[in-house]
Amino acid sequence: MKAYIRSAVSISPQKTFAAAPFLNEVAAYHTTRLSCIEPDYNEAIGAKLIRRMSRIIKMSVASALACLKDAGLSQPGAIITGTAYGCLEDTGTFLTSMVEFGEEPISPVAFVQSTHNTIGAQIALLLKCSCYNNTFVSGGASFENAVIDGMMLLNEGYSNVLVGGMDEITDMSYAILSRSGLYKRSPLSNLDLFKTNSKGTIAGEGAAFFTLANAASQNDLAGVDAVSTFYKPKDIAETVAHIKSFLTAQAISGSDINLLITGKNGDEKGDEIYEYLQQSLFEAAPAITYKNLCGEYPTSSAFALWMGANIISNNNIPALFGLKSNPENKINKVLIYNHYNNIHHSLILISSC
Amino acid sequence: MNAAVFVAGMGVISGIGNNVPENLAALAGSQAGMGDIRYLRTNHRGLLPAAEVKLSNTELAKLSGFPHTTSRNVMLSMIAAKEAWDNAGISDIPALRTGFVSATTIGGMDKTENFFTDFLPDHSKGKLRDMVYHECSNITTAVAEKLGIRHHVSTISTACSSSANAIMYGARLIKHNVLDAVIAGGTDALTRFTLNGFNTLMIVDEQYCKPFDENRKGLNLGEGAGYVVLVSERVASALKKTPYCSLSGYCNFNDAYHQTASSPDGDGPYGAMAGALTMSGLQPPDIDYINLHGTGTQNNDSSEGAAIKRLFDPHYPKMSSTKSFTGHTLGASAGIEAVFSTLAIRDGIVYPNLRLQTPIAEFPFVPETTFSRHPEIRHVLSNSFGFGGNCSSLIFSKL
Repeated sequence: MKAYIRSAVSISPQKTFAAAPFLNEVAAYHTTRLSCIEPDYNEAIGAKLIRRMSRIIKMSVASALACLKDAGLSQPGAIITGTAYGCLEDTGTFLTSMVEFGEEPISPVAFVQSTHNTIGAQIALLLKCSCYNNTFVSGGASFENAVIDGMMLLNEGYSNVLVGGMDEITDMSYAILSRSGLYKRSPLSNLDLFKTNSKGTIAGEGAAFFTLANAASQNDLAGVDAVSTFYKPKDIAETVAHIKSFLTAQAISGSDINLLITGKNGDEKGDEIYEYLQQSLFEAAPAITYKNLCGEYPTSSAFALWMGANIISNNNIPALFGLKSNPENKINKVLIYNHYNNIHHSLILISSC
Repeated sequence: MNAAVFVAGMGVISGIGNNVPENLAALAGSQAGMGDIRYLRTNHRGLLPAAEVKLSNTELAKLSGFPHTTSRNVMLSMIAAKEAWDNAGISDIPALRTGFVSATTIGGMDKTENFFTDFLPDHSKGKLRDMVYHECSNITTAVAEKLGIRHHVSTISTACSSSANAIMYGARLIKHNVLDAVIAGGTDALTRFTLNGFNTLMIVDEQYCKPFDENRKGLNLGEGAGYVVLVSERVASALKKTPYCSLSGYCNFNDAYHQTASSPDGDGPYGAMAGALTMSGLQPPDIDYINLHGTGTQNNDSSEGAAIKRLFDPHYPKMSSTKSFTGHTLGASAGIEAVFSTLAIRDGIVYPNLRLQTPIAEFPFVPETTFSRHPEIRHVLSNSFGFGGNCSSLIFSKL
C-alpha cells in the first residue's frame, strides 16, 4: 500500500527549512565537514523548551513540529525516528565528565539525554502524545526501517505517522571518523565532490521529518510506493538482482524510472556501483546526487526523500542539479538508491499522486 | 495482518546463568545473580552490587567464537542468539526469509569508554578498533553475520523497553509477510557509562534491590541478552516440535509525562497493558502471571503498581519481578523476560519476587515470594518501561 507524503521538512547544510524556495541556490562550502544551517529555535520551538536540548534534539524537534504543522495535525498517529548515532553531543559530554572526574558524582542531564530515543520522547512529551513511539538505530538503514515501520502501521489501520531521520556530527565524532578514513584528506568544495577521483567523502548531518498518511489528499507531495533494505551484497550481481526484484514487485522496470537519486559520495570505490547502474539498468533515466549538498551521514536518505518528494511535487528538477534539461514527461517515478559504506543498501521508490 | 506468530526458540545469558537451563535452575532455586562487581573495571567495585554475567571476556570469547577484544555486548548477544536459533531447529527448513532484530541501549560503550581515556587528552590517541562497535547497529550486524542472517538486520533502541519493541517489530515483519522467521530480543553489557548514569540519578540500591517492597531503594544493574525465535504459522507447521507459545498481543504506548520519571497514576504502563490485552482479545482475569517491569525504584514500582490496580482490581494475577534475580539489564531486559515468560507457560511455573519483606501499603496485591508450579499457565503479560516514557507490554499465550 502506498503511503502519502502529506508534509516533509528538512534542516540540512542547505537552506531547506521554513519558507525557503526549494533548492533555488546552493550553499557552497570549502571543507570536509558540512554543518546544518539552523533556524531560530526560539521561534521554531520556544525559548523555555530549548534550554536543555542539545543541537540534534533542537534540529529534530524543530523539523518534527514544522512537519506536523504543514500537515495540519496537532497529534500524529505514531512517532518513529531513525538515527545511527543518536545524541552524540550528550553522550560525549557524559563520557567526558565521567572520565575527567573519575566516576565521581556528576550531572545526570547528559546521561538522560544520551539515550537514542530522546528525540522521539521529546516530541511525545511536547505534544503530550501517548501514541506508538519507536526508534531505530540500524546504522545506514535507520531511517529506512523507520519508514518501513511507519508504512506497516498505515497498513495496520493508522491514518498517519510522523517519521524522521537524523544524525549529527560533533567535533569528537568528526575526529574519530576522520581517523578511520571516512573523509577526504584535504578541504575541497562540496560542488567539486565528484571531481577528485580519490578516496573518502565529506561529513554531513541533518534532520528530516515526514508525515505519511494512508489515504490521498489534495496536499500530498508524493507517495512512497516501497522501501527495501539489503545488507552487504557479495558483489554487483547481487545488488542488481535485489534492485530488479524490488522493481518487479512494483510491476515496473528500470526504464519506468523518471529520475534516479543516487547516494554517490565522492569515494571512488563506493561510487562504482552507482556508475555501473547508471550505465546499465537505469541507462534511460536522468540521475542526480545529493551528498554534495548535505554531506555523508548514515541517515542521509531522509534528505534524499525530502528532495525527491519536492521534485515530484514541483514536477521540476532545480537548475543546481545541472541536468541539461528537465525530463520531457511528468516526473512520475523517482528511485532513491543509497548505500552507506557498502554495508546497508536501500531503495526508496516514490511516485506522483 | 492478524496472522498468529509463534515462539519456536529461546536463548538467554544473564547474571543467573549462561543458557536457558542454567537460568531456569537459578529461578527455581531462588539464586539471585547480584554480587560484588568482578569483571567491570570501575571505582564502584565493592560499593555497588550488580548482576554480571559470571564469565570474563576471555571466557565469553571462547563461548561466542569472537576474539576477546570484541565488545562484551557482541559476545553476550551472540551466545543468546545462537542458543535461540539452535533451539528453534528451523535451520534445515529451505528458503526461509530470516531476520535478526536486536535491541541495545549502549552498543559498544564498554570499548568506547576505554577509548575515551586516551582520546580525551589527545584526539589522535586511542585505539580505533575500540570504536568499531560504538554504534549500536554494529553489535547486531556482527552477530547477524556470524549467524549467517542477511534478509533483514535491524536494531532498536528505546531505553529499557528496547527489546520489547524489537520483539514487536519482528512479529510485525512476519505478519506483513516480509519474513518467515526472526530472532528478536536484545542485549546490553554492564558499562561504567550506565552504572554512573543511573548512579548520578540516585536510583541505584547499594544493597540487593527489593522490587515492589515498601522500603525499596532503587535498582541493581545487570547485564545479559535474551532472544526468542518468532515464526509464522507456515514455519510452525513445518517444525518437528510444537512451538512453546504464541505472541498473542503487544502494545507500545507513551507515558508522555517526563523524560525519566513515570506518571504517578501509571498512564503509560496502563495504556501498554490495556492495549496488549485488547489485541490478544483477552480480559484482565485471563492473565495468569505478570512478569513485572519491577526495577525496584520508588517511581517505577509505584507507577506500575498503580496501573495494575487500575486494570486488574479486584482480580489480581500472580506477579513477580525477575529483576530481583537478574538486576535491570536495560535493553536486554524484555528479551530475557520474554524467555522467562515462555518458560512459565512451557513448564507451568511462577517465579518468586526475591527479598520482598514489606509489600507496598497502598496496593491490595502482593507479588509471589516463592517459586511455584501450576497445572497450567495460559497467558503471561510481560512489562517493559523506559526513559522517554516508552512503555511496551507483550502477552504470551499457551497454544
